[in-house]
Amino acid sequence: MKDTFREASHLVRLVVVLAVAIVAFLGLRGAVVPKDFGQYGHYRPGALEDSRAKPIVFAGQQDCVVCHEDQAKARDSGRHARITCEACHGPQAKHVEDPSNKPKLPQVSAICTNCHEKDVAKPKWLPQQVTKDHANGMECNSCHKPHAPKMG
Amino acid sequence: MPATRRELLEHATRFIVMSGAAAAAFDAMQGTVSADAATTNDYKMADHWWGMTIDVERCIGCGNCVRACAKENNVPEGYFRTWVERYQVGEDMERPEVDSPKGAMEGFPPSDKKDIKAFFIPKLCNHCSDSPCVQVCPVGATFVSPDGVVLVDQSYCIGCRYCVQACPYGCRFIHPETQVAEKCTLCYHRITKGLTTACCEACPTQARKLADLKDPKDAVHEFLRNNTVQVLKPQMATKSKTYYKGLDGSVR
Amino acid sequence: MHEMNPAVQGFMYPNEVELQWSVLIVLYPYITGLVAGAFILASLERVFRVEAVKPTYRLALLTALAFLLVAPLPLQLHLGHPERSLEMYLTPHSTSAMAMFGFVYLWYLMVVLLLEIYLDYRADIVRMAGESTGLKRLIYRALTLGSYNMSAASRRIDDRVGYIVTVIGIPSAFLLHGYVGFIFGSIKANPWWSTPLMPIVFLFSAMVSGIAAVLLIYMVTYRLKGLAIEMSCLDTIAKYLFYAFVIDFSLEMLDLIHRIYEADESFKSLDFMVHTHLYVPHIVLQIGLGTIVPLVILALTQIMTLEERWRRRLYVVAASLTLVGIFAMRWNVVIGGQLFSKSFLGYTSYKMEFATREGLLTAIVLMLLPFAILAVLVKLLPPWVSKQQAEA
Repeated sequence: MKDTFREASHLVRLVVVLAVAIVAFLGLRGAVVPKDFGQYGHYRPGALEDSRAKPIVFAGQQDCVVCHEDQAKARDSGRHARITCEACHGPQAKHVEDPSNKPKLPQVSAICTNCHEKDVAKPKWLPQQVTKDHANGMECNSCHKPHAPKMG
Repeated sequence: MPATRRELLEHATRFIVMSGAAAAAFDAMQGTVSADAATTNDYKMADHWWGMTIDVERCIGCGNCVRACAKENNVPEGYFRTWVERYQVGEDMERPEVDSPKGAMEGFPPSDKKDIKAFFIPKLCNHCSDSPCVQVCPVGATFVSPDGVVLVDQSYCIGCRYCVQACPYGCRFIHPETQVAEKCTLCYHRITKGLTTACCEACPTQARKLADLKDPKDAVHEFLRNNTVQVLKPQMATKSKTYYKGLDGSVR
Repeated sequence: MHEMNPAVQGFMYPNEVELQWSVLIVLYPYITGLVAGAFILASLERVFRVEAVKPTYRLALLTALAFLLVAPLPLQLHLGHPERSLEMYLTPHSTSAMAMFGFVYLWYLMVVLLLEIYLDYRADIVRMAGESTGLKRLIYRALTLGSYNMSAASRRIDDRVGYIVTVIGIPSAFLLHGYVGFIFGSIKANPWWSTPLMPIVFLFSAMVSGIAAVLLIYMVTYRLKGLAIEMSCLDTIAKYLFYAFVIDFSLEMLDLIHRIYEADESFKSLDFMVHTHLYVPHIVLQIGLGTIVPLVILALTQIMTLEERWRRRLYVVAASLTLVGIFAMRWNVVIGGQLFSKSFLGYTSYKMEFATREGLLTAIVLMLLPFAILAVLVKLLPPWVSKQQAEA
């Protein structure tokens, strides 16, 4: 047995080299992998925080109505009652942060036709028009009130 | 009068931000930074299980969700975290005519086809709880969060694109600048702060609604109970959490 | 999207328009396949005692090593963040077929291939450590690990351990390449890839390509060195190439017939693709020129008694076409699997770039690199067997 061991000394050396490599790898692994990796699953829990940390761009309806009560009331009475302000006015988180940062008024023609231009795939309950037949070149809001759109 | 309200709001916001920062600083001093990331801002991951419901008959194909998503999440041009498809289906269900020009970023060119079944299908990451994309990620850079959202760790992803191949719905892409996998995060930065997603916020018809399946008061339970509901490609068995009401059999 | 992108036909999900995996990912299974095939050929001699292929034993091992060293490079070059690739070893995801690559690769490289080569060459290394000079001497001395024991007992141990390593090596080679097939075969989202046959098809095509490559390398290197080529060796290799090819072809046809007969939801889409975008690489190159022609040639050499001169020429033609065919097969799997929409309603095409990180030029360099490595390896560890040695 002892003889076999001596005759295989070159293989023993090989095993030692391999063992050193494995130990070095495990050491590196311990040093480099984030300590909390795997806390919730096979990932870095910090990634959850990273995802949460992104800035908010759309403020959300509840922030709009804090100041713009009058428009909100007008909206509530019409058929656009459930459409949020930012659906047409665009993202306003910057405006909420700094009210002096005034948003631009939306471009009426494009805003209205996005929803109301006639299309075969649009559901029947939605009022639709072929703009060029219907508007005669006029802007929608010369007849319709976007905040409470009944004819008037 | 509005000015006072604005000021009040500002003060309130500032106070909240300041106290949050103070608390964070205190935690840092104590050496317990986000000891439980789950509970910051009173948000407990264990109390939520997020998904989305989509009412196909309410979608009008305006593209508001696509635009809102792009603005909220800085989505690079030509790639989509959400998009809308228009289906025009004749009698051959297997050959629907489908289009989604620029993902419906600019809506759709009007179609005046007659005598055809037609509808819009909004798409987004299905936030599957058995996600094939998560399964194949070699390093653990993408995962289902404890509150049920499929997320990508931007600082860990190696950009091998295996997850993009594994998603049956085409929801993932590689960001052309950061070179890491990107996808819908269900606006994780919003929903964990009590807001809805940007797409839902901007949807004029409430065709899409954020759903918290762990909240007993959420309307999703009634929605699932009272409607004929389907997920996309159910044969993929991914446990998708994006539920469609009124989904036609021709939809892929 | 298709309004803007002329490459798209019909409807694709908007994010699908960009192809994810380029020609470099075609090289990856191709190169790994050559490794596995070359190794399996080498082990024929060692484990199954096929004496006739002895002249190629060492050459096949070195070929396998040269290609194995290059195998991870296309992957590395393809990554969006190559600097993070170590994560694959640090936090491997147990459910990911790709994550296991690192470990299978290391196992195969360190435990199987390097060890087998080391054991086989140890006597030569010790001898050359004494004979050579300069840098070479230094390298050989390092390789001896400081042990110059050349006793009969130690040689017996080497032989015994070498045998065991080869026996472990065969399933390892199967694992190495079968698992590459699994990377594709396990993607349920993609019907072109998703089949349990994929790992087996990959395995046999690997054997085919590896055997063909060693056959050619044997003929070319011995011609260059002015050494005599053993005809019995060539005939035997060609015979094994033929056998492996018959199995490979049967498996591929089984897969094809199964798809046609089952005709599931993806069938029309895939069928259209094979008849249009993939017609040349699939029907013409892979099945026609790359499989049927070499199979017929090899069959002819088996059933007819041809002159040596003619057999030799036919083997070169058959082996060369085989390598083209297997490359086309890898291409059709990797690229073909990305040309159709997962909605089954549309198609895109792949435009290969030239002088970019994932372009044709890179691919060519990566394909030449193993030969450069092999040239160095044969200088360091000569695999040549002269006629007398072979008979001894």
